[in-house]
Amino acid sequence: MSPDVGLISLFFASIFTSNILLSNFLGMCSFISVSKDFTSSNGLGLAVTFVMTITTAINWLVYHYLLIPFGLEYLRYIVFIIVIAAIVQISEMVIERMSTNLYMSLGIFLPLITVNCAILGVALFMQIRNYNFLQSVIFGLGSGLGWWLAIVSLAAIRKKVDKSPVPGPLKGPGITLITIGLMAMAFMGFSGMLNVQ
Amino acid sequence: MNTILAASFLIGGLSAVLAALIVVVDGIVNNYGEVKIDINNGKKELKVNGGASLLTTLSEQGVFIPSACGGRGSCGACKVKVLSDIGPILPTEAPLLEEDEIKQNIRLSCQVKVKSDIAIEIPEELFSAKIFKGVVEKINDLTYDIKEVKIKLIEPNEIEFKAGQYMQLVIPPYEKINEYTQRAYSIASSPSQKDSVEFFIRLVPGGIATTYVHKYLKENDQMELVGPFGEFYMRNTDADMICVAGGSGLAPIKSIVADMFERKITNRNVWLFFGARSLKDLYYVDFFQDMEKKWDRFHFVPALSEPEPQDNWKGETGLITDVLGKYFKEKMDQNTPKEGYLCGSPGMINACIKVMTENGISEDKIYYDKFA
Repeated sequence: MSPDVGLISLFFASIFTSNILLSNFLGMCSFISVSKDFTSSNGLGLAVTFVMTITTAINWLVYHYLLIPFGLEYLRYIVFIIVIAAIVQISEMVIERMSTNLYMSLGIFLPLITVNCAILGVALFMQIRNYNFLQSVIFGLGSGLGWWLAIVSLAAIRKKVDKSPVPGPLKGPGITLITIGLMAMAFMGFSGMLNVQ
Repeated sequence: MNTILAASFLIGGLSAVLAALIVVVDGIVNNYGEVKIDINNGKKELKVNGGASLLTTLSEQGVFIPSACGGRGSCGACKVKVLSDIGPILPTEAPLLEEDEIKQNIRLSCQVKVKSDIAIEIPEELFSAKIFKGVVEKINDLTYDIKEVKIKLIEPNEIEFKAGQYMQLVIPPYEKINEYTQRAYSIASSPSQKDSVEFFIRLVPGGIATTYVHKYLKENDQMELVGPFGEFYMRNTDADMICVAGGSGLAPIKSIVADMFERKITNRNVWLFFGARSLKDLYYVDFFQDMEKKWDRFHFVPALSEPEPQDNWKGETGLITDVLGKYFKEKMDQNTPKEGYLCGSPGMINACIKVMTENGISEDKIYYDKFA
């Protein structure tokens, strides 16, 4: 039974109040590593959004039309990952063809989207929360946009922080983690406005 | 049982569908159509299907660029000058390119892809590099970890090369290695021996090619080789030649020394320093000692860094760099011009370059092929 959640509420909730990164802390590795410059963050954010939306849709179909009928729900982890890996491969080929510069600036992080736990997380949340197909696609898209919003925001903040007088021992990863903590607290300000759990 | 079958079918079927989807997208997205490769300003023009790496594309067309690592982007041997714009330097190329090479648009051919018409410059002699088919005539243990492999050439059945150059052995799939691999080895035989080539191959633990040669290759096996390649050969000057070899690095030096002796280029002083740990690592000693007797300007200095008591060693001891430094100061004529010829591990080569430059040989007079 699908939860009674409006699509618009679900869309905005997955971007802001239930941001996959800043409220669930999924997908932190590439979030921290690629947020050093704005262009790469923007590119990776868009790639994650694309992969998340497509894979959530495909995974919903696979789960409901293949796994449930055969009673193989327990295989969802491996099946979801196979789908994600294939879609990432395809995205990698498309990005290489369409924008060599973006492909190069993303470097190793593009194939690593496969192991971005935010993508698997969204697929599993969709299943645990019993979303219907449309809800799942909107949830995937919203979560992707939420991840993209978080990474470009962090990239923008890091650009400013780089020129700020940060105490020596906190430079680099230290101040980045503090920034992420403050961002998560800021996003907590949205909680209560919408609830999609 | 049914559940196991259903799970297997589901995972297998889904993987097959997704793999097919990848293949279809790859066919569409990576279809760059026919592209032209212009080599050396119109000297050769190739029409090829775009999408693959420049190194692979060229080798499919019979133009062989050296690649000691077989296109993994780790040796930096496959550099070519690209005259057209093929985009910025890739992160995988950057560590292997010098600043002035980047300015001249030198690129690693194993890393750049042929996506549109491209113009390149390569040394003329690479046009003569070929694929050779041969049969293993003899495998001989030189030490506990170095084998001498002699390959008789079948097609073409003769080879022209400069003493000191190398060839790439094509290693077929075996055990868990499921694709063809190429690795570079210096030719140990003399260029006068045209119908076969010999190599000294040291077993590198975990090495794909050396494990194959040491554990699987047998006499009468067929082998493919590509080459010859390399800029490591004797320069025609009157300078004294200071050669330093370590391990299987003796191969090109042996070829050079034998070639000089055969061609009666015996008017220059040649010093050969051969570094090893203990007596069991030394080989071809009789050959060079014999050469010393026949050629009064040839000096052979084997040195052991860790001789064992039973070795009863009376020769030089210590690191080869220390022995080299000592001979520079005590035995060699300080006033004659000198050239360095080095072959061994990258560490040994770097250390010897330091000693040689400290003793008056400028870096542009020190020659080596560094097989990383």
